Amino acid sequence: MANRSVIRVDLTRDFDTFRLKLDLTLPGQGVSILFGSSGCGKTTLLRGIAGLDPEMRGLVSVNGEVWLDTRLSYRLPTCRRAIGFVFQDAALFPHLRVRENLAYGMQRAAGRQEGPGFKHVLELLDLEPLLERFPEKLSGGEMQRVGIARALLSQPKLLLMDEPLASLDATIKREFLPYLERLHQELQIPVIYVTHAPDEVLRLADFVALLDQGGLIASGSLEEMLPVLAMKPGFGDGAGTVVPARIEAHYPKDGVSELRFRGGRLWVPLLSMSEGAHVRCRIFPSDVSLSVQSPVLSSVLNVLPVTVDSVSEVEDSARVIVRLNLNGTVLLASVTRKSSRELDLRPGQALYAQIKATTLAK
Amino acid sequence: MDVPALLTSDDLVALALTAKLAITVTLILMVLGVPCAWWLARTRCRWKGGIEALIALPLFLPPSVLGFYLLLSMGPHGPIGHLTQWLGMGYLPFTFGGLVVTSIIYSLPFVVQPLQSTFKGINPRLIEAAATLGASPWDAFVTIVLPLSRSGLMTAAVLGFAHTVGEFGIVLMIGGNIPGQTRMASVQIYDHVEAMEYVHAHWLSGIMLLFSFLVLLALYTLNADRRDLWGRS
Repeated sequence: MANRSVIRVDLTRDFDTFRLKLDLTLPGQGVSILFGSSGCGKTTLLRGIAGLDPEMRGLVSVNGEVWLDTRLSYRLPTCRRAIGFVFQDAALFPHLRVRENLAYGMQRAAGRQEGPGFKHVLELLDLEPLLERFPEKLSGGEMQRVGIARALLSQPKLLLMDEPLASLDATIKREFLPYLERLHQELQIPVIYVTHAPDEVLRLADFVALLDQGGLIASGSLEEMLPVLAMKPGFGDGAGTVVPARIEAHYPKDGVSELRFRGGRLWVPLLSMSEGAHVRCRIFPSDVSLSVQSPVLSSVLNVLPVTVDSVSEVEDSARVIVRLNLNGTVLLASVTRKSSRELDLRPGQALYAQIKATTLAK
Repeated sequence: MDVPALLTSDDLVALALTAKLAITVTLILMVLGVPCAWWLARTRCRWKGGIEALIALPLFLPPSVLGFYLLLSMGPHGPIGHLTQWLGMGYLPFTFGGLVVTSIIYSLPFVVQPLQSTFKGINPRLIEAAATLGASPWDAFVTIVLPLSRSGLMTAAVLGFAHTVGEFGIVLMIGGNIPGQTRMASVQIYDHVEAMEYVHAHWLSGIMLLFSFLVLLALYTLNADRRDLWGRS
């Protein structure tokens, strides 16, 4: 039950019109995303893990440490759970300067595990120029950066983030995501991240749990979950495949970089990262086309041999989602029902997938 | 003594006694009122309404009604009277101690209500955030709630103080009119007026008026400063 390096959450909470009941096991490292439409219970679940809901019943154990077991009437108070919580509205203390907000958790974290140092977090989130300001003098994005830093500096064993980007407008969001990606790459703390934005799932998730109406629909690694997510109305064509890859070589003369991944080789527009760096390529289903034979001459650089895993019709749409297997890596393609019929798509079929180089993104 | 003194020695005694009562009562009220208001602001207990109504009663009742019941219950046949007698304190009516107890009950809503609305106005996320950062409930109360309630605390203390200074009817009923023990400034002014000593009444009243105005001026000025400090009213 109290397994090492997993986060086990088995919680029940009754509301007047709604019941949250789910049993979920999340990996003890990396970013796990709780995904679902608003009102599905994902924030309630996160608050349950943090111990902020006194009426939550069930079990919470984090990497071998039990935080809640209501059958044994055991409830570790929030202040003694080694968590960092990032609130949707940042919840900075308005009477304290940024520096004092950051120090609040640090001072009370004595005796907790070693975490990222003050200097490191300041650098990571670019906070040096903001230290002497009061929260009211910060923009939304800056507030959220301070909120994340404050949580990280309390040396948490688990970082909980409740839609940290939801209150930011699109432009700030775009500037903010790279910070989160940096955190993802540089810190070892497991993160549980709540969102209803497909974009954030694709860019940040290692593991995804899909929630609906207080229950768990499915959970798994991002690669496993993408086909499930792509079927969800609303996720739509924004879903895609995320392929982890390594930069093999740069060809500045041609303006391209060569990537290696489990399923082969990809060409993308010249990247700025150094050779050997790891990147996540995102491939939209609508940018993948299929053909029965390898095209002899094509302007498309990336042509890869694939086999069809499954063909799924999308509700209320003229398109079907084809799940392709690329030597173990999953790729999704969106084609019309007509093409699907004419190509006679069926599981096990061998095809060639063409991916436009320009649609590959970090 | 050709020229009558502007303030009689009795006046000075009454002023000092009034200040002593108001300071004592305000201190006790803050100690009682803060936890009481915090509990009322956060609880979902079903007795909450009843307790709020009980605390607010002095706002509605004529002081003579409250004074009458307090006099009875503090007297030799009342429950408070039995208790104080058993504790070896004697009976409370017509003593300074009796006035302190009475004033606390009478001024409690003036302290609890502003505090309660201040506490209610604090974003509960901030207290949750403090807890996630490792602060115990007491720690969060002292480091987050109290500093954010500064203006409410000040308002509550000033209102409690001012209301105690301004009592008249209930002071007369419970305290009587014993110089140096229970004769407050408000009663002293009444006595002067009854005795047609208008000069003394003027001076004493003028001092009360000026004092009240200065206290309120300080309160509003300080609160305005605070708004500038971090933009909250």
